[in-house]
Amino acid sequence: MQVLAIDPKAEPERTSDEHMAHAGALTSSDALSDSTLIARTHARDQAAFSALYDRYSGIVYSVALRVVRDPATAEDLLHEIFMQLWRKPEQFEAARGSLGAWLAVITRNRAIDFIRRQKPQEDPEEVYLASPVDLQSEVERNTAMEKVQAVLKEMPESQRNAIQMAFFEGLTHSDIAAKTGEPLGTIKSRIRSALLAVRKAFE
Amino acid sequence: MTNHEIPAEDLALYALGTLDPEEQKRIATHVETCASCRTELMKLRGDAALFALSAPPVAAPSRARKRLFEEIVQTAAKDKSAPKLRGSWWSVALPTLVSVALLAFGFWLIAQNGLLRHELDEARFAAAQQQAIIDQARQVMETMSAANAQRVTLVAAQTKPQPQAQTIYQRDKGRLVLVASNLEALPKNKTYELWILPANGGAPIPAGTFQPDARGNASLMMPRIPTGVEAKGFAVTVEPEGGSATPTMPIKMLGTTG
Repeated sequence: MQVLAIDPKAEPERTSDEHMAHAGALTSSDALSDSTLIARTHARDQAAFSALYDRYSGIVYSVALRVVRDPATAEDLLHEIFMQLWRKPEQFEAARGSLGAWLAVITRNRAIDFIRRQKPQEDPEEVYLASPVDLQSEVERNTAMEKVQAVLKEMPESQRNAIQMAFFEGLTHSDIAAKTGEPLGTIKSRIRSALLAVRKAFE
Repeated sequence: MTNHEIPAEDLALYALGTLDPEEQKRIATHVETCASCRTELMKLRGDAALFALSAPPVAAPSRARKRLFEEIVQTAAKDKSAPKLRGSWWSVALPTLVSVALLAFGFWLIAQNGLLRHELDEARFAAAQQQAIIDQARQVMETMSAANAQRVTLVAAQTKPQPQAQTIYQRDKGRLVLVASNLEALPKNKTYELWILPANGGAPIPAGTFQPDARGNASLMMPRIPTGVEAKGFAVTVEPEGGSATPTMPIKMLGTTG
């Protein structure tokens, strides 16, 4: 594995434009682990943070956009989440699961808070998750996305709709039951089964 | 998985934050004190994170990156140009330092609490896995040594069943198991005895005595034997009750390694 030697103290300050150019050089080596990049971000290494941004901005933006359905708002959420990661990189630690998975959950929850017109309800430091999937490389991210799409495709339509309404629209089971005219218990078990189907696909 | 007062379905909805507020509170209270639910909750959040990847992939606009790094650069510049405090340094710095230290200690305690709770969950999970392995091993042992277990040895058709024994030996740990079948009944005050035949040509080492049941089955589990003896084979003899220090001829059964 190639390891870049970046001394945070030796890292020159850059303008945002210089950053745009520098990011390409750093990400082309794409060998640094999330935990290394987080540690360097903690040491105020903007190049390391830039590499993290390149790695996960796609996931964060896509999830936010899917929930809020407005590019400008999704962009604001993306900005907010990465600013928070820059200010408090220590909020993420390996014990919370993989960084990509953690960001996906934080983003979705923040976006749901937005569409519910409420203040952020969750402290990211309270979010621990167990994810069997490592999303650090582009190949792994793409493979995971394809796998989830395949699981969704195989699901009965009623189950797919239930999990999508709960996850991307933040509807409660009562909302979904009222919308679909189906019993509460059925909706609950459909949502749980959908999550377990995703889990099974990655075992 | 939950098997108590919190239905598994509710925990999944809780993970997504899509329960009604009152139910959300009820589950939160329960999760605080239930390690198995916390572990399952972490898994459900992991599942949700993967489900999030079903969002159609869209690249973030390049202006978003520019905006983010402009703000980061500005923030860094502001931090550098922040006015320095004047006056007696300790009169300002000391209370601030004390407050910061207290605050940091408070945060540290909270972080430690969360971390310890998480570590406890993981330790419990590992212990449960270990217990499952131990339970399985115990079941294997019980099955092998159970008096009422049916033991059937398959041989070529139309062959008279022959006395047969199998040994399983771990030299480095000094562990030995023997399972035998079709053994001949023994005269009163006699017993079968197992012997380790050392590879270095040394004298046979006694490895325990055993008696067949009415159907000719017998087993010998973990006899006291020395560790580290390389065996070239095993032998069974008939000895006086209580066993002997040296084997009495003839050898009734013999097996060699390799």
